[in-house]
Amino acid sequence: MKPPPVEYHGPDTVDEAVRLLAEHGGHAKVLAGGQSLVPMLNMRLTAPARLIDVNRLDELAYVRTDLEGVRVGALARHADVERATHAFEAVPLLRQAVRTVAHPTIRNRGTTVGSLVHADPCAEMPAVLLLLDGEVLLRSERAGERVVKAADFFVGPMESACEEDELAVEAYFPKPKGRTGTDWRELSRRNGDYAMCGVGTAVRVDESGAVTSAKAVYIGVGPVPQVVDVTAAGADWDAAAEHAADQLDPEDDIHATAEYRRHLARVLTARSLKAAYEAVAP
Amino acid sequence: MTEQLHQITVTVNGVTRRGETPARRLLADFLRMDLGLTGTHLGCEHGVCGACTVLLDDVPVRSCLIFAVSVDGHAITTVEGCCDPGGELGPVQQAFQECHGLQCGFCTPGFITTITAYLEENPKPTEEEAREAIGGNLCRCTGYQNIVAAVLRAAEIKSEREAPHE
Repeated sequence: MKPPPVEYHGPDTVDEAVRLLAEHGGHAKVLAGGQSLVPMLNMRLTAPARLIDVNRLDELAYVRTDLEGVRVGALARHADVERATHAFEAVPLLRQAVRTVAHPTIRNRGTTVGSLVHADPCAEMPAVLLLLDGEVLLRSERAGERVVKAADFFVGPMESACEEDELAVEAYFPKPKGRTGTDWRELSRRNGDYAMCGVGTAVRVDESGAVTSAKAVYIGVGPVPQVVDVTAAGADWDAAAEHAADQLDPEDDIHATAEYRRHLARVLTARSLKAAYEAVAP
Repeated sequence: MTEQLHQITVTVNGVTRRGETPARRLLADFLRMDLGLTGTHLGCEHGVCGACTVLLDDVPVRSCLIFAVSVDGHAITTVEGCCDPGGELGPVQQAFQECHGLQCGFCTPGFITTITAYLEENPKPTEEEAREAIGGNLCRCTGYQNIVAAVLRAAEIKSEREAPHE
């Protein structure tokens, strides 16, 4: 239960970090908050030859909000995202979801961008990025800067589109268009654990209150977060939830059966859509 | 292979400490083995139990999930630093004693550090808030009732001690 020997680099600038990744990419892991990586090291589930610690890159410790949305730098902790009132006002789903990421002590250290790159199928922030059609900005010496859309970023369980020599520099969470309400809810066995099923929703209405768009995103029920469009059901939340649950293909595991997860998805979806709708309905 | 050692300087409970550490040494082990501060306990070593919680620049973090080398130049507060300036029990420690908030005491250092930081943020928590605040710390003895009571009592003691003297 102690990490294996590893060589350590603590770059002071993004340029230096990217250069180190170019040199050692295949044998190095980026260490940001470490709330997923260090447990894996402690349990010796992974043994990279080198760690590139980005905790000195203060230039990436930002949560910025503009008219378009929220930009989260690679060193912004979950707690920074949670506390940023400007980010909550622009994209309420960020705070709604990040509050359910583990416990406050973990959120004080874990980073939102790190969670995206880690791509745990039970993690909240990848699902938020996907539901909002967000993007991740990657940088390497080889490819320079490139932007990857959320839909292309989550490749498989614990696998993102971030290549071995790339540093994920920033995540962009666009502000939902028009009059859109959002909601996040999930169920876990114990407070702060990974959810057996989590649901995020975004419901857009017109001036009369009619639903013009309704989408739900799921975690814990598949290898990557999954979005289901339920606009066709209008404001019939139970029908929308039924439709969405039919699209999911959860698996049995030690925490819950597939059938129970599907049941949770159905119940949570109906409640979540209703709450998202009521946040903006006239 | 001899492991490379890194020189680090950290301020622990207000005192500047220097050390040489291999990259893989966890902050918790650095505190315990290199600095002899054995108040910080290691339970699960993967971030679940909360026993190893210390304050990094006044913010609670798991010292089993941080490498010592990463905190070079930063300030750490351990349970040994949660006492009052004269060395008497701090408000949270006092409250744990009064409310019987511990039995075996293994998890207690993580609770003390977590609650000490929490009361700075929220000096008058409700019972529900107190439960949420300790949600990331496991105790196998007490059933938590007395720990929740201790959070509320600690808030009282803290405000009494901080009140201006007549």
